[in-house]
Amino acid sequence: MGVEGWTTLLVAVTFALYIVVAVISRARTTGEFYVAEGRVNPVLNGMATAADWMSAASFISMAGLIAFMGRDGGVFLMGWTGGFVLLALLVAPYLRKFGKFTVPDFVGDRYASRVARLVAVVCALFVSFTYVVGQMRGVGIVFSRFLGVEVDLGVVIGMAVVFFYAVLGGMKGITYTQAAQYCVLIFAYLVPAIFISILMTGNPVPQAGFGSELSDGSGWLLERLDGLHRELGFAAYTEGHKSTLDVLFITAALMVGTAGLPHVIVRFFTVRKVAAARSSAGWALLFIALLYTTAPAVAAFARTNLLQTVRDKPYAEVPEWFSKWEAAGLITFADHNGDGRIQYLGPAAAGENELVIDKDIMVLANPEIAQLPDWVVALVAAGGLAAALSTAAGLLLVISTSIAHDLLKRELRPQISACGELLAARVFAGFAVLIAGYFGIHQPGYVAEVVALAFGLAASSFFPVILLGIFWKRANKYGAIAGMVAGLVFTVGYIGWFKFLHPELNSAEHWWLGVSPEGIGTLGMLLNFTLAVGVSLATPPPSAAIQQLVEEIRVPRRIG
Amino acid sequence: MPAADRRRAYWKANLRLLAMLLAIWAGVSFGCGILFADALDKVRIGGFRLGFWFAQQGSIYVFVALIFVYVRLATRLDRKFGVEEEDEDDGPAGKDEEAV
Repeated sequence: MGVEGWTTLLVAVTFALYIVVAVISRARTTGEFYVAEGRVNPVLNGMATAADWMSAASFISMAGLIAFMGRDGGVFLMGWTGGFVLLALLVAPYLRKFGKFTVPDFVGDRYASRVARLVAVVCALFVSFTYVVGQMRGVGIVFSRFLGVEVDLGVVIGMAVVFFYAVLGGMKGITYTQAAQYCVLIFAYLVPAIFISILMTGNPVPQAGFGSELSDGSGWLLERLDGLHRELGFAAYTEGHKSTLDVLFITAALMVGTAGLPHVIVRFFTVRKVAAARSSAGWALLFIALLYTTAPAVAAFARTNLLQTVRDKPYAEVPEWFSKWEAAGLITFADHNGDGRIQYLGPAAAGENELVIDKDIMVLANPEIAQLPDWVVALVAAGGLAAALSTAAGLLLVISTSIAHDLLKRELRPQISACGELLAARVFAGFAVLIAGYFGIHQPGYVAEVVALAFGLAASSFFPVILLGIFWKRANKYGAIAGMVAGLVFTVGYIGWFKFLHPELNSAEHWWLGVSPEGIGTLGMLLNFTLAVGVSLATPPPSAAIQQLVEEIRVPRRIG
Repeated sequence: MPAADRRRAYWKANLRLLAMLLAIWAGVSFGCGILFADALDKVRIGGFRLGFWFAQQGSIYVFVALIFVYVRLATRLDRKFGVEEEDEDDGPAGKDEEAV
């Protein structure tokens, strides 16, 4: 059985598994549909949160990004994991105690304001939609590269599967499906990494392997990598190259953005108790850390392997995977000096580089580069699909909940029956799948940029309002609305200016204070905080009932 | 202690705990992983330079440990002030739901 046979088998088996799990655990009430009745075991919820959170980007793209950034790649590693500390300490337990269904629920009730709720709904929808489009695209790409299916058909297959289990299963169904998907994706990520680590360093633990000596006796792996980099005119792999300020801002924006993402926050509404919400965040991060500490090892292995394989090699002698990915358009080679050899050179060797490599290959082609067995290559496809589908399902649920619950039930038609609301939630989940699929096929060219926007938005809109809502009783609706709107407008404006209106100006000398669009969410957040505090102090304090509500969410059990 | 005082004392202790843990959180990530990474790089552990290790490995381990430490200390705090949840708190998640 070849790679394609194995891939078909593994994808079919895992898809069947997800559907069976969804049918067994499908939702029957609105409570089950939105938050799985608030009775999910914390360890299981941690697993589901991990799958929910780790998207196609984490699985497919992150190690590749790090491989090309060296130490600066730490912004993603620290940013996307550090956010969970904020979630566990500052957000999850209190929102669990609050005990409703959604983030707009909290914003609307805490600030006793329909406007604030509406702004929150708009933010939640925007953030979730941008994310889900990228996931659908990821599904399509995995299908096309591994199974030779058209990208569009791949998107349709992915839509059908997600439609089935998110619409039917609701939160209860996707919780169990996501736990299964976590197992698939972590297995698929670790197996090739362990194989490669053993091959290159003899150490079966990748996290330690990339700090070990190479088995071919040429010294420490990272030193060898730095040496190769210097030789070829790249900056040293283990040193930082971005400006320190920008690295700080990007890391902070990713951390705070993580703690403000509605589809992650809502997972903490699904456990029974405040104590469970706390420990569930710990389990989630533990499960995530398993992949996130492996990714930089994969990056270093892949980068070393790649450089050793292609460096000054005659083009006629390249291995099979090279030609395969060249055919897919992800590797391009142009023999500028006509010597028939591959000169892969860094920015220091101006203009003489002949090879361009797509970052995504690092994970997808890694098993082939290391000549691992076919079933391991196939695993990567199944894992990538698991990562994309689990995140897509979580996002679709937030979208349908935002419309059915926050807009329909709480705003437009409060008299709607529970049955009607559940039906509406399902219908809107279905619509959301169709819209996401549409954009997955007719993709706007700037999805990567839009994802940066999603994080910036979550950081600059939700996080300050949630935090102040819990930790500062004096915060009122005027402050919250002013803060959210200002943070939002500022961040959208800055990213829009550099990413969409004037992409030619998007370089360090034009950035305001030297902060890149990826890191601007941090400034947006500070602006939000400042305005929220200032405006709140200048306007009357919130009512006694609201202050009482805040008192209550601060304490796990009522006192006196 | 009257209820209001107890609540205030609990909250104060909670804030102190959060401040301590977040200081460590910021120290390992923004400190060791970014601001002082170049200085720490002069130290080596095996094949790793220390600043690089914090940026790509160490900070993540510390984050995981921090949350579990928080779970323990917060539970202890809850007990000390008598605000821990009862074991059979069987209330449904949403108050405004009904079976369909």
